[in-house]
Amino acid sequence: MTALLVLEQLLNGLQLGVMLFLLAAGLTLVFGIMDMINLAHGSLYMVGAFVAATVAEYTGSFMLGLLAALPAAALVGMAVELIALRTLYERNHLDQVLATFGLILFFNELVRIVWGPRAIFMDVPEALSGTVEIVPGAPYPAFRLAIIAAGIAVALFLYFLITRTRIGMLIRAGASNREMVGALGVDVKLLFTLVFGLGAALAGLAGAMAGPLFAVEVGMGEGVLILTFVVIVIGGIGSVRGALVGALLVGLVDTLGRAFLPTLLRLVVEPATADGVGASLSSMSIYLLMVAVLVWRPRGLFPAHG
Amino acid sequence: MVDLRNLNRRQAVHLVALAAAILLPPVVLAADEPFFISLASRMLIYGLAAASLDLILGFGGMVSFGHAAFFGVGGYTVGILFTHGFQGSEFLGLFPGSDNALIVWPLAMLVSGLLALAIGAVSLRTGGVYFIMITLAFAQMLYFFFVSLETYGGDDGLSMYGRSRFPGLDLSDDTSFYYVCLALLLLFLWLGHRLTRSRFGMVIAGVRENERRMIALGFPVYRYKLACFTIAGAVAGLSGALIANLTEFVSPSMMVWTKSGEIMVMTIMGGMGTLIGPVFGVAAFLLMEEVLSAWTEHWQIVLGPLLILIVLFAKRGIYGWLVGREGGR
Repeated sequence: MTALLVLEQLLNGLQLGVMLFLLAAGLTLVFGIMDMINLAHGSLYMVGAFVAATVAEYTGSFMLGLLAALPAAALVGMAVELIALRTLYERNHLDQVLATFGLILFFNELVRIVWGPRAIFMDVPEALSGTVEIVPGAPYPAFRLAIIAAGIAVALFLYFLITRTRIGMLIRAGASNREMVGALGVDVKLLFTLVFGLGAALAGLAGAMAGPLFAVEVGMGEGVLILTFVVIVIGGIGSVRGALVGALLVGLVDTLGRAFLPTLLRLVVEPATADGVGASLSSMSIYLLMVAVLVWRPRGLFPAHG
Repeated sequence: MVDLRNLNRRQAVHLVALAAAILLPPVVLAADEPFFISLASRMLIYGLAAASLDLILGFGGMVSFGHAAFFGVGGYTVGILFTHGFQGSEFLGLFPGSDNALIVWPLAMLVSGLLALAIGAVSLRTGGVYFIMITLAFAQMLYFFFVSLETYGGDDGLSMYGRSRFPGLDLSDDTSFYYVCLALLLLFLWLGHRLTRSRFGMVIAGVRENERRMIALGFPVYRYKLACFTIAGAVAGLSGALIANLTEFVSPSMMVWTKSGEIMVMTIMGGMGTLIGPVFGVAAFLLMEEVLSAWTEHWQIVLGPLLILIVLFAKRGIYGWLVGREGGR
């Protein structure tokens, strides 16, 4: 019984980790190549979720919603890059933080005007609405398994893209020394825009898949954005591999902490105190994890530069 | 004594602002608009928070994105002790609550300062983007801590049934409270001004300009930065204590990350690295918020792009614009 519960929570943690990886991968690439801190990444996640929810509602097909969310988020991302962010690459981080903070306010309000202030609830697609027995006697929602599978697919795709293709080579070169890449005749601006679009599409994918799990609402991007920051800091800024490891760590620690910390504390202290302290501790657990990692390695687990 | 005939532009701006701040309560009371006293108190309190952020952001060059955490913890210190004092119970069974301003306000500074010391000790080991994100994450951690703290209201926050008692003054009177806030703000601006002109301030400015060189010169840079961070955290705690008194309510929303962003925006809008500039930024921001939100509920759609334009084109801020060229640091 307990073993099955642990298995279920492990899968939940894995699923959260995979979602975080989709966001962290795009964000860390933008950091790595453009040295740009982009708070508005969560807004692209929100846009993806809203577009997916709307298209799914009109067509009745979750898949179509998902397919619409990817290009929509990518287009919005590239438009933002062209209009606003491009002027910020040469600025310092403070300017970037402030300007992208402004973008968040803008997008939140825009979404509130277009879709209204109320949360939208998406249905889990019918084909994935059932459960799968991974081991006998342990049914697990098929949709969550599909998210894990999608995340693994994206990770493999990114690995192939970055290590085996020409554009991946340019991305790696850009992360090491972007002036030199430009001097060698590569259109760095176009490369930036494309990378940004890729990151935005991944954020949109995460948003679309999050739709049936959480409420689709204004401001949904911010909480997950900060989790993503924790992931990137733990993994090492600019490293996709670090983003994967960090995302899985954060997903597992957060989920397992919430599930089991209160129970474990009950063994030591009285139940009422255990529940209270457990709830506080588990909501802080990933930040404590981050502190531990940083004390050990100030530049994250897989520092991309030097 | 300042000779009124040879005022330079900056002194004139300071004098006008000071006169306006002192004369505001009698004027708005005469105009029968007491709401403005509470709005102006809010400006002074946020002004204190923004000026304290300027100490690390403008002078120290440390981009802290978690300043609201200290603000919130200062507020909670006052709120929690007030509740215990009100109920006659004891905090963690250790010591009784209190509503004496002379006890709880310094205590709020102490708690926030110690917290800033701990957070700074970890965060300042890193730099650049890491520092921004770590301070943000710590603030968010405290936010979730207070959300899950059911004993003290959790997500709903904690209502106080009055303000702190200040010997010889009636703080429940809005005008008296306003002048206390003004006095504290002026005191900090004066002390902060002295601090930035001191040897300590010079080292901090040196670190901002070229950290590597300061290390090479033999300064214990980490300790200087940590001291600066701690002072700013303590002062933010005081402003949190004041806002708790103004609204007679504390909640986790005081330290949500957008609050840190807002304080940062106000600081930049006013003019970074001037200490008094952020106070002007706060006044402009809160006034703009009042005006725009009365005009449309979607006022943030105006604020967002405006922010981007300010960042791109008006980095010297309102203060820099008011005092002209000589006003820069």
